[in-house]
Amino acid sequence: MKNLPRTDIAIVGGGWTGLLLAKEIAQRTALNVVVLERGTARRSEDYANDMDELDYAVRFSMMQDYSQETVTLRHTSRDRAIPIRQLGNFLPGTGTGGAGEHWDGFFPRHVPDLFELYTKTVERYGEKKLPEDHAIVDWGITWAEIEPYYTKADKLIGTSGKAGNLRGKVVDGGNRFEGSRSEEYPTPPMKNSYFSSLFGDAVKSLGYHPYPNPSAILSIAHTNLDGIARPGCFYCGFCSRFGCMVSAKSQPTNTLLPIIEQHKTVAIRNNCSVRRVLHEGNKTRGVNYVDASGEECYQPADVVMLCSWTLNNTRLLLLSGIGEPYDSATGKGAVGRNLTHQVGSATTLFMEKPLNRFMGAAASGFCISDFDGDNFDHSDLLFVRGGLLRAMGTGSQPILSFGTVPASVKARWGSEWKKAAVYWYDRVGGISFSGEHIPYKTNYMDLDITYKDHLGDPLLRLTIDWHDNDKEMVKFASSKGTEIAKAMGAKEILTQPPYDHYDARRYQTTHIQGGTIMGKSPDASVVNTWGQHWELPNLFIVGASTMPCQGAANPTPTVLALAYRTADALIDHYLKNPHSLI
Amino acid sequence: MTQMNWTSRLVAHARLRRVRRRHFLVMSAASIGGVLVYSLDHKVSRLVAQPTKTFKIPLRFFTEREALIVAAAASRIIPSDESGPGAREAGVVIYIDRQLAGPWGRDARRYTHMPFADSAAPEFGYQGAASPQRIYREGLKQLSGFDRLPLSEQDARLVEIEQGVFFDLLRRNTIEGTFCDPLHGGNVDMVGWQLIGFPGPRMSNAAEIDKYRGEEFRPKPASLTQMTRKPHRPSEDEAT
Ligand SMILES: Cc1cc2nc3c(=O)[nH]c(=O)nc-3n(C[C@H](O)[C@H](O)[C@H](O)COP(=O)(O)OP(=O)(O)OC[C@H]3O[C@@H](n4cnc5c(N)ncnc54)[C@H](O)[C@@H]3O)c2cc1C
Ligand code: SF4
Repeated sequence: MKNLPRTDIAIVGGGWTGLLLAKEIAQRTALNVVVLERGTARRSEDYANDMDELDYAVRFSMMQDYSQETVTLRHTSRDRAIPIRQLGNFLPGTGTGGAGEHWDGFFPRHVPDLFELYTKTVERYGEKKLPEDHAIVDWGITWAEIEPYYTKADKLIGTSGKAGNLRGKVVDGGNRFEGSRSEEYPTPPMKNSYFSSLFGDAVKSLGYHPYPNPSAILSIAHTNLDGIARPGCFYCGFCSRFGCMVSAKSQPTNTLLPIIEQHKTVAIRNNCSVRRVLHEGNKTRGVNYVDASGEECYQPADVVMLCSWTLNNTRLLLLSGIGEPYDSATGKGAVGRNLTHQVGSATTLFMEKPLNRFMGAAASGFCISDFDGDNFDHSDLLFVRGGLLRAMGTGSQPILSFGTVPASVKARWGSEWKKAAVYWYDRVGGISFSGEHIPYKTNYMDLDITYKDHLGDPLLRLTIDWHDNDKEMVKFASSKGTEIAKAMGAKEILTQPPYDHYDARRYQTTHIQGGTIMGKSPDASVVNTWGQHWELPNLFIVGASTMPCQGAANPTPTVLALAYRTADALIDHYLKNPHSLI
Repeated sequence: MTQMNWTSRLVAHARLRRVRRRHFLVMSAASIGGVLVYSLDHKVSRLVAQPTKTFKIPLRFFTEREALIVAAAASRIIPSDESGPGAREAGVVIYIDRQLAGPWGRDARRYTHMPFADSAAPEFGYQGAASPQRIYREGLKQLSGFDRLPLSEQDARLVEIEQGVFFDLLRRNTIEGTFCDPLHGGNVDMVGWQLIGFPGPRMSNAAEIDKYRGEEFRPKPASLTQMTRKPHRPSEDEAT
């Protein structure tokens, strides 16, 4: 074991949250920071040559190496868990920038009532409306408290979009259902693909309220609050699962890393996998990790910040014996509870005219929030909450999109199939539904009892399955998708089969929440609303693992807002006087 | 670090020495119908005006027999027919051969710890112990003599196996080899991209995205190497 010199702050994980905290601490203090990142070093220049669908989008060269570490899965606590052996249902990142490098960049805020989900839902519908076995709670913060941090995140990213509610006034063209924003978006909305415009026109004709997706991809050249200048998008279509070669898509390497590199106080150590958070009494004293050469190292630190994304934030607490693991039978313990993923479905449209769908950008296109959260009345519906319906404006590449044919073509190979697949190739468009996944008492994480990672540590075990609320929501979303597809003039329509069991082969999103949730009191949460651990005040946990439930909206705006909030709490309060912040 | 480099070099060396008799796939220029062939050393052979010429492509994983079967089967999945060129012209067999010889073929990035729960429900994803290399080697035994059968019998054989893991992989790999960037050995001369009107990687569509609404925009395809004017090393070509 190599004993390293003490550092002020050790950050585990070098993705969006880890690098945002490193940047803030470097800009605002003189403290020494060590960032430990398990993956390789990356810079935004690396992406000049990455437009290769096979290696990046099919073989997942930017993502976590499952030969080293994965998770196991079971549907109920009575089942034997089975490892997910290849990437599928989600695509975790690794390397400098984490998943923030190969993400899509949809940048919507959550609906305001999400932060008080329990109170607001019961207020409107009564306790009886909540699904059986639900684990819905309030977050302990409100929209008003998080809004200034959302605005800060927008200024970091240069978010493109159009406000729909500016300081309490509904504005045409934006999302009229959004929470009141203090400022307009930093950059105007992106351009739209032809297919996405058809969606916009159709939903309007149906009486819904389309708005351009808020996007972490710049529509025009922009200089952010830190003086970082980046160009507008080229609509090359190589966004999702790739790094952007021109830095139009915000990524930690093009937004945070250039600032961090100006400060000698931050050291990013790559190829270093953290295995344990060490603690004594009510303090952590640092972390243990394995470095690039395979050597075990002890890095002492005054403050430890876990920024290793939902799965490893949770797993590191469990491996380190910090806090009480959640027990689904008794409901006791908080570490691992409130695991949520995302409810999703897709409607495939076969259109009359060619769409040129190689052009586009991941987070461009139109969206409607008419069926999100509680924006519509659920009194007569069999479920609570809802989601976003969007026309995908993502550019598409042929390996992953060739072969989609109308249901009337039964063959999967051979001449008949090929002829149809060639004809329809550039006429296929998609409407996607991103729905809210309610937390349940039976969906949680703990350590696996059989399977280990490449270092010999137990894998994380996910116990998760779809419930009636999720299944009903998917049915509802499919009916809306079909309604819109018809209004768009689709020649043929395919809807995804209804939900059965949680499926490791089916990509939902890489939005996984819970495990180390925040709350107002220590009995059912792991951290306070500042991200500070209840028992170990010099341990902070940052990221979607602290979210008690999942909103339909993509998580990163909220993740970054909460990270900014933690930075303020740490720098303005904790460091001046180390104590529990409540 | 040095330690690891040294061991991996030893392993690579041992692998080289164990190389079996070299197998080649002999193809006529006409059968690939193509213009460009990437040989193993990545020199590009242009065969335009010599349709009668044949050439030998060194194989990395398949035996010659296996390669002929794979080529024939892939060409039943995406046939060369009146709707355009297919897997044969795209050189799919060469693509698959290289993928199998590379890290993907060896399952370098799959979680392969025991125990394997082969009988798990399908929603847990592929749970078998066999790597793509093994799946092909075993699967091809079921197809011996396939390339010499009449087409209708070939189709009947594929129908028999179409529910299995091997066919599923073969079908996926055939699509990959038809539409991948030519740097991976398939999509020769970008025949796949031309078939469906995909232009390959383009730096910018900013001027066109607003302009073409419901009408085709079909720029001439260019590969990654052509666009960046730089050589690229695909993941299947490992550094030794
Ligand atoms: C394909 C894809 C598309 C996405 N699209 C969107 C989108 O459109 N909108 C949106 O809001 N979000 C999107 N996301 C999610 C978004 O990427 C994440 O919310 C965001 O990156 C989370 O930041 P993070 O810092 O918590 O985690 P990450 O950015 O993933 O960083 C975590 C880092 O921790 C490292 N790490 C993990 N364990 C250890 C360990 N033990 N030791 C050392 N280091 C460790 C990892 O290697 C990684 O680099 C997408 C994700 C993917 C994969
Ligand atoms: S579409 Fe735009 S944001 Fe996406 S990779 Fe291309 S230039 Fe970058």
